[in-house]
Amino acid sequence: MIRLSIPLRQALARLSMPVLVAAAFGTMLLGKADTVLVERARMTLADALAPIYGVIAEPMGTVRDAVQELRFLAAMREENARLRAENERLHRWQAAALALETENALLRRQLRYVPEGAASFQTARVVADAGGTYARAVLLSLQPGQTPRKGQVALDERGLAGRVSEVGSRSARVLLVTDMNSRIPVVLEGSRSRALMVGTNGERPRLQHWPEGAPPQEGERVVTSAEANVFPAGLPVGMVRWTEGGVAEVELFARLDRLDLLRIFEFGLSGILPPEAVARPEPRARR
Amino acid sequence: MKGRPQPPMGLLRRLDALARAAFPAVSTALLMVLVSTPVGLPSALPAVTLGCVFFWSVFRPGTMGPPLCFLLGLLQDLLGFAPPGIAVLTLLLTHGLVLRIRRFLARQSFWVVWLVYAGVAAAAAALGFVLQAVLSWRLPALAPALVQFALSAGFYPGVAALLTGMHKAMRRAEDLA
Repeated sequence: MIRLSIPLRQALARLSMPVLVAAAFGTMLLGKADTVLVERARMTLADALAPIYGVIAEPMGTVRDAVQELRFLAAMREENARLRAENERLHRWQAAALALETENALLRRQLRYVPEGAASFQTARVVADAGGTYARAVLLSLQPGQTPRKGQVALDERGLAGRVSEVGSRSARVLLVTDMNSRIPVVLEGSRSRALMVGTNGERPRLQHWPEGAPPQEGERVVTSAEANVFPAGLPVGMVRWTEGGVAEVELFARLDRLDLLRIFEFGLSGILPPEAVARPEPRARR
Repeated sequence: MKGRPQPPMGLLRRLDALARAAFPAVSTALLMVLVSTPVGLPSALPAVTLGCVFFWSVFRPGTMGPPLCFLLGLLQDLLGFAPPGIAVLTLLLTHGLVLRIRRFLARQSFWVVWLVYAGVAAAAAALGFVLQAVLSWRLPALAPALVQFALSAGFYPGVAALLTGMHKAMRRAEDLA
C-alpha cells in the first residue's frame, strides 16, 4: 500500500466528494448518451445475479403459491355460498316447472290433445355468405345422403335463421329471415296476436300487419306461427324492439352474422308448393 | 530492559479488521440484491439502500466512504430501471449531508434520527423526481416518488434495528481486540 503524507490524504479525502458528485453527473450524461452501454451493463449484472435469484425464487414461489391457494380457498367459500343460493333458487324453479308440467299434462288429457311428432333434423355447415339472387342468404355444404327439401326450416342453436330456398346435389341455399324477400308469419307470444315479419336486408326485420289495437310490446317474445302451414308453431324467433322512429323491429335470437352450423328441420309441412306443382287455373269452358 | 514492542498484527487480526471494515458495504450490496429479487412486490430497493447508507454514514462513516456510496448507487441504478446516475447522486449527497450533522445525530434518540431520516428520504424522492424529469424531459408521475418516500420512511425502523444489532456486535468485537 502506498504511504501518503497526512495532509495529502486529507486533501484527497476532501476532494473525493466533489469529484464523485461530478462523476455522478457524468454517469447521468453517459447513460443519456449511450443507452446501449447501460443496457449491456445491466444485462451483465443480471446475468451474474441470475443464479442467486434462481435460488431465492424457489421459496418465494412456494410462499406465493400458498398465498394464492389461501385466496383461492376464500374465493371458493364465496362461490360456494353463491352456488348454494342459486341452487335453492333453481330448486324453486324446478318445483314450478314440475307443477306446470303436471298441469300441462292434465290439461292435455282434458283436451284430447294429439301431440305433434318429434321433428327430425340434419345439420349442415355454412360455407359461404350471400351470393345468388338474394342479398341475405347462406350456402350450405351437404354431406352425401343429406337431401333437404325446398321450404324446410333452418335454425341455428338459438333460433330461427331462415328457409331452404334452393337445393342442389352438394349444396343448398338458405334464405335468411333478414332478406328483403323474406316474409314470416309470427305470433307475439304475450298477446297471441299475429303479425308478419318482413326482412329489410338490415340486421333487424320489421313487424307488420299486427291486429288493430294490439301493438307489439317492447321486449315481447316473437315465435313462429303455424298459419299457412309453413312453420310449426312456437319456434323462437326474437324479441320486439321499437326503434326511435316508431318502427317495430325484431331482434333475432339467431346470430345471423356468424352462422357456422345450421339445423335443417323436417316438420312434414307442405305449405309451400314447388312452382311446378302449382296448377294453372284452367280457363273455364264456355258454354 | 526495554518494553517489548507491540507485536505486528497477525494475519487473522488483519483479516478480522478487514472484514469489519468491509462489512457495511458488502452487507448493503447483498441486501440490495436480495431486495431486488423479482417477487411481484413493489420494489423496496431505493428505500433499503438509502436506509443502509444513512445508517452507516451516521454510525460508522469510516467504512462507508464516498467511493463506496458511488459504487452502491451505481449498483442500485443497474438493478433498478431508472436512468443511471440518479441513485449515485442521491446517495452521495445523502452521505455528504449526514457527515455534516452526524455529531448531532449520534447523540439523539431514535425518534429524532427517524424524523431526520424522513426529511432526507423526502429530499431524495424529490431529487429523484426532478432528475428524472430533467433527464427524460417529461414530467413523470408523482405517485412513484410518493411511494418511494413512504417506503423509505417506513422501512427505516426495520433496517435500523437490524443494523444496530450488527453495529453493537462489531463494537464489542473491537472492544475485545
